[in-house]
Amino acid sequence: MRKPEELQRFERLVMPHLGAGYNLARWLTRNDDDAEDVVQEAYLRAVRAFDRYRGGDPRSWVLTIVRNTCYTWLRQNRAAETASARDDDNGVAEIPGDPAAQPEVQFIRDVDRQLLREALETLPAEFREALVLRELEGFSYKEIADIADVPLGTVMSRLARARKQLQQSLRRRMKEGA
Amino acid sequence: MTCEQALPLLSAYFDRELDVAKSLEVEGHAQGCNRCAATLQQHDALRTSLSGAALVFAPPGGLERRVRTAVRREARPSGLFALQPWRWAAVPLAATLAAAFAWSVAVNRGATSGDDLLLAELVSGHVRSLMADHLVDVATSDQHTVKPWFNGKVDFAPPVADFKASGFPLVGGRVDYIAGRPAAVLVFKRSQHTVNVFIWPARKEEPALRNATVHGYHLLRWSGSGLRFWAVSDVSNTDMESLALLFQEAG
Repeated sequence: MRKPEELQRFERLVMPHLGAGYNLARWLTRNDDDAEDVVQEAYLRAVRAFDRYRGGDPRSWVLTIVRNTCYTWLRQNRAAETASARDDDNGVAEIPGDPAAQPEVQFIRDVDRQLLREALETLPAEFREALVLRELEGFSYKEIADIADVPLGTVMSRLARARKQLQQSLRRRMKEGA
Repeated sequence: MTCEQALPLLSAYFDRELDVAKSLEVEGHAQGCNRCAATLQQHDALRTSLSGAALVFAPPGGLERRVRTAVRREARPSGLFALQPWRWAAVPLAATLAAAFAWSVAVNRGATSGDDLLLAELVSGHVRSLMADHLVDVATSDQHTVKPWFNGKVDFAPPVADFKASGFPLVGGRVDYIAGRPAAVLVFKRSQHTVNVFIWPARKEEPALRNATVHGYHLLRWSGSGLRFWAVSDVSNTDMESLALLFQEAG
């Protein structure tokens, strides 16, 4: 990036998504300081790679870099966490909702923020990331597939299993709390 | 459509990500199936709580300013950008070497068994830095940029110098985690090769140079000013010793 107008373009297109980048990094690293470091490194990578940006949604583009930087960081600092989710398991199906579980639906709807945050934080990183991108950032399956560099079907199964695990985790916490 | 067919699709149906035909099939099934209808209600309840719980983390104050400053420094035209291509050139070679690495360590000479782990960590730190796009966190040949960059990242002040005149241009620095503590890493080039110099405080001074070879990588240790230095590279032992000498003279 030798031209000042390229830097201006980077600042105009990419800097506004720092918040989304921080949110994703914070959910993946689960720590304020680490998230700051990762986001800063990701933005340095982004500015170095900006000549390879070919248009498209700059938010997806920079979140892809933030996400990859997070995983590099996790592999280097918390190797155990990156091996947590396996996509080959197709156990999506066995969460038949209980028709009599209206109180449970009510509980999930009204669940305490702290409890929800803890439950989300304990999901495997790939599931957490899928839910954060879908529910907090509002990305489509196609966009999530691009950011996480996985097939569409994997996004579908990760989200299904992420919801299942999150609901199970909340149910368990509800019982423990009761 | 049966429950077994519908259940894996419920989540995507709920997200309106199924094609029209599949979506209608799931909808038709769920209307007559209490279990699937209840699962959809739970998805809906979960979405309500996720969106209502203010789960988005806001960036801390000052982060934007820090990132903007770092980005502008990075974007500044400098000699660094002319050096970029070798970073990619190094990747296939490093990947090949790493594949052969296999986590067992054979130390040729100069190391006691207690040090094997440390040597392995140093070599994998070196290889990793070449493989991932993570050679440097602060990329600059300007020692006055690198030195303050370490402030607050490590709890000591590593000596930072550019030995370009002697054939070891400084490329940048980063922080690695070696032997259970953060280490400052200075990265130098020697023609097309990369030298990583790992630095951390020494508990005791060990003035003697010591070298080892692990899987074809040369390692050289020296000490000075209360710091331990380990250089790792595939350049010759003679080159490594020249670099150590430059550090000792500069210190």
